Amino acid sequence: MITRVVGRAYLWFLLLLLYSPILIIMIFSFTEAKVLGNWTGFSTKLYTSLFSGGVHRSLISAIWNTLAIALIAATVSTILGSIAAIGIYNLRTRSRQAIGFVNSIPILNPDIITGVSLFLLFISFGISQGFTTVVLAHITFCTPYVVLSVLPRLRQMNPNIYEAALDLGATPFQALRKIIVPEIRPGMISGFILAFTLSIDDFAVTIFTIGNEGLETLSTYIYADARKGGLTPELRPLSTIIFVTVLLLLIIINKRAGKIQKVTQ
Amino acid sequence: MFEKITIFLSRRRNWVIPYALFLFLFVVVPLFLIAWYGFADAEGHFTLENFQRFMQHPEALNTFIYSVGIAIITTLACILLGYPAAWILSQKRFNTSRTLVVLFILPMWINILIRTLATVALFDFMHLPLGEGALIFGMIYNFLPFMIYPIYNTLLKMDQNLIEAAQDLGANPFQVFTKTILPLSMPGVTSGIMMVFMPTISTFAIAELLTMNNIKLFGTTIQENINNGLWNYGAALSLIMLLLIGITGLVNGDGSKTSNDGGGLI
Amino acid sequence: MQLKGNMQGADYIITVDRISKYFGEKAVLMDVNLNIRKGEFVTILGPSGCGKTTLLRLIAGFQTPTEGVIRIAGKDITQTPPHKRPVNTVFQKYALFPHLNVYNNIAFGLKLKKMPGAMMEKKVKQALKTVGMTDYEYRDVDSLSGGQQQRVAIARAIVNEPEVLLLDEPLAALDLKMRKDMQMELKEMHRSLGITFVYVTHDQEEALTLSDRIVVMSEGRIQQIGTPPDIYNEPVNSFVADFIGESNILNGIMIKDKQVMFAGHEFECVDEGFGEMTPVDVVIRPEDLYIFDSSDAAQLTGTVTSCIFKGVHYEMMVDTPNGYEFLVQDYHSFGVGKTVGLLVKPFDIHVMKKERLTNTFDGKMIDETHVEFLGYTFECPAIPDSQAGEEVTVMVDFHDIILQDNTEDGMISGEVKFILYKGDHYHLTVYTDWEEDLFVDTSDVWDDGDTVGITIPADKIRVVKKSS
Repeated sequence: MITRVVGRAYLWFLLLLLYSPILIIMIFSFTEAKVLGNWTGFSTKLYTSLFSGGVHRSLISAIWNTLAIALIAATVSTILGSIAAIGIYNLRTRSRQAIGFVNSIPILNPDIITGVSLFLLFISFGISQGFTTVVLAHITFCTPYVVLSVLPRLRQMNPNIYEAALDLGATPFQALRKIIVPEIRPGMISGFILAFTLSIDDFAVTIFTIGNEGLETLSTYIYADARKGGLTPELRPLSTIIFVTVLLLLIIINKRAGKIQKVTQ
Repeated sequence: MFEKITIFLSRRRNWVIPYALFLFLFVVVPLFLIAWYGFADAEGHFTLENFQRFMQHPEALNTFIYSVGIAIITTLACILLGYPAAWILSQKRFNTSRTLVVLFILPMWINILIRTLATVALFDFMHLPLGEGALIFGMIYNFLPFMIYPIYNTLLKMDQNLIEAAQDLGANPFQVFTKTILPLSMPGVTSGIMMVFMPTISTFAIAELLTMNNIKLFGTTIQENINNGLWNYGAALSLIMLLLIGITGLVNGDGSKTSNDGGGLI
Repeated sequence: MQLKGNMQGADYIITVDRISKYFGEKAVLMDVNLNIRKGEFVTILGPSGCGKTTLLRLIAGFQTPTEGVIRIAGKDITQTPPHKRPVNTVFQKYALFPHLNVYNNIAFGLKLKKMPGAMMEKKVKQALKTVGMTDYEYRDVDSLSGGQQQRVAIARAIVNEPEVLLLDEPLAALDLKMRKDMQMELKEMHRSLGITFVYVTHDQEEALTLSDRIVVMSEGRIQQIGTPPDIYNEPVNSFVADFIGESNILNGIMIKDKQVMFAGHEFECVDEGFGEMTPVDVVIRPEDLYIFDSSDAAQLTGTVTSCIFKGVHYEMMVDTPNGYEFLVQDYHSFGVGKTVGLLVKPFDIHVMKKERLTNTFDGKMIDETHVEFLGYTFECPAIPDSQAGEEVTVMVDFHDIILQDNTEDGMISGEVKFILYKGDHYHLTVYTDWEEDLFVDTSDVWDDGDTVGITIPADKIRVVKKSS
């Protein structure tokens, strides 16, 4: 009984430690004060100013860039990764292990190594850096996660159902569209959400591949802002919104994962 | 011709080819480029100068050693704080819900800059000075979830019968822990070490924000050199970091594999 | 096409012509020939790994043979993709599409053929009726029991009116009672549909119950093709005898025509043409052994060591004084410890040629007293005038090979793959790590799949120079 109380208390203490910084940002997003820490009464002015364009135009464009990059990168990663997963699933053990190893490199590598290596790739081939290179870089570190979330669906699938479709007169492409895609769709959706979240969050890889043509994403904007010393007050409501969005997305993925587990059990 | 394409595509293992090419171009080639740049001078001739420069340059070397120290402290602190948490979360008798587990993992998914700025805000709010203390707190705060999750995962998958078997064979609770639970959860600990040690040593921009530009870690050194056009030197420093990570990985054995097992995912 | 079909023999719906299939180096099928008549119920029977499923998959088109030709209705379809073949398959684990309901599973093939809606619905309903699943159209396939899923899988295949229905162990996942019911229903479906069934199973009883003809396979080769009574009564070799039904298999010697010796006695039999004093295998079915209180009529006497009631008959083990063991089935029971007499009628003694009398390997001399075979250098009796590197034939008798528990103790190692009980000893097939089979006689008990160390004493190795 006592260990139980102590145990739970410890968990809540750690959670408090983990969440207090975020909570402070969330709380102070509902006040107008320029400097964080001053409570000048409840207000939603920062939220309205964030959405009404009261802030610097570049923040708005950074948000749009971030969303556009995340959307494109997540879409391409999902398509590329799903096709790749089907291929990997059908490979012989040796080649499957080899591809699996290379696939895990972007996941295991620290972001800075991925960033530096891609930076060197782009400058070596004389590719000018900007929107396209950021998207390519994001596809590079997102696709492995898509592959890893689609592969388990393929493994759970009865390997005969593809053959059954062929046997019943479906061409390989009809079998893919009508049988395989519906089977792996949950994995593709989870993979897409994961890729989207990773892309929005990324800072380290982006900063190496974004070039200096003035393109900004949210991360690089925050970084530049923080280095100037102060933090634009509107970043508080923005962080709050991002936090809540990520929270919701993760709950969705989790519910899905929980369901899949239940079905397979 | 069309027939041939159809046959080629109907072999589903061929579908891996686009991604294999992509991986080659965007993962394998870039890694080789790091090595190539690291061993070359600005004209592209082979040289060891970049590494000599690192060895002779007290600032880069000191930053490197200091970063390793900070990473070790952070990792140890994360083990001490995270292991009990992972254990409590994995035990049925504490009645922990899956939501609670998610709450512990959630911070992993928040932009690291926002998390860091939040830490700065917290220190401001509590009128604490920024500096080494804030740096270590920030690092622990940033990476603690990466330690808890893999340990929690291995503890959860552990066969409960083994613990009962140990008790049955006469082990007291302390012996059960040291002789059964701890050795069996080592894969989780090692992958946790990889997941905390690596990012601590490789992050950049974080340390500056937490110390008002007073302390710089090795990641920043790499970034600054690349930023200032010293690509070869930056690549050499990256190679040194890769080497360190490789050694950590080897010392840790196959721990990184378990983390790959969905450890980073939810 | 029709003309060509006629030339191939119009009766045959499927012709499998000299088919071999390799996976890498490993041969799964070797020189398989099989003709299946229109409307026949043919069962391919064999233990797991014998290549029976591969043969079925080659006919379905999921794999292509390394060598040989497959024809359906006279047309060469060896390279035709599965969706263009007039065959449909029922899979072992049903392979129903989990995201479609029963109706859409069955209608899948018809929809691909762009069949009009009303006609399609009629056909699907008819198919459901055939398999006894009327009114299940809109059920989720996951909500069905194993037996029901299998019925849907059959309906999904037969609704396309294939010329041949291929069934890959369709009942293996069902429980015994359900399996018996489904067997009867399959037989009835075969009769009413009038199409050819090719059925793969490892269950010999199922094969005997269902088939017009049985194809017995082992290790990638067809051992015997015949009607169920043929296969049961006249097995061509000890493998078939052992696999189909229960048997007493013993080493024997054909003394002369119609005279065979085994278990230490001479018996009259009906077989001829084996030559004189030829080693043979003798097979006696347990129900063909008459058992009675010991009397003068007995050809063999022995002691009952076990007696088990099997529902209709009793199954007894009888040991003879000279160390042979017989399995006997009878409607009467004889208690354990009782001395009994055994008798077998001449036409119930099945004599078959031995496939091999000794192990034979290709080897290479290393020096005068060492020979290399099975990937290892063995010491052997000195071979004068032999040259290093000379190719030789090596022979080792079955009972001279020693098997050990620890693979490290043996010179080489292998895995026990097949066990044949021969009355007073076991005849084992051991698959060595060199990927060659080794045959061993032993009285020790080993299990299928055991990993063993293998030792061959130097003086038991016979090296024969290859005549140039």
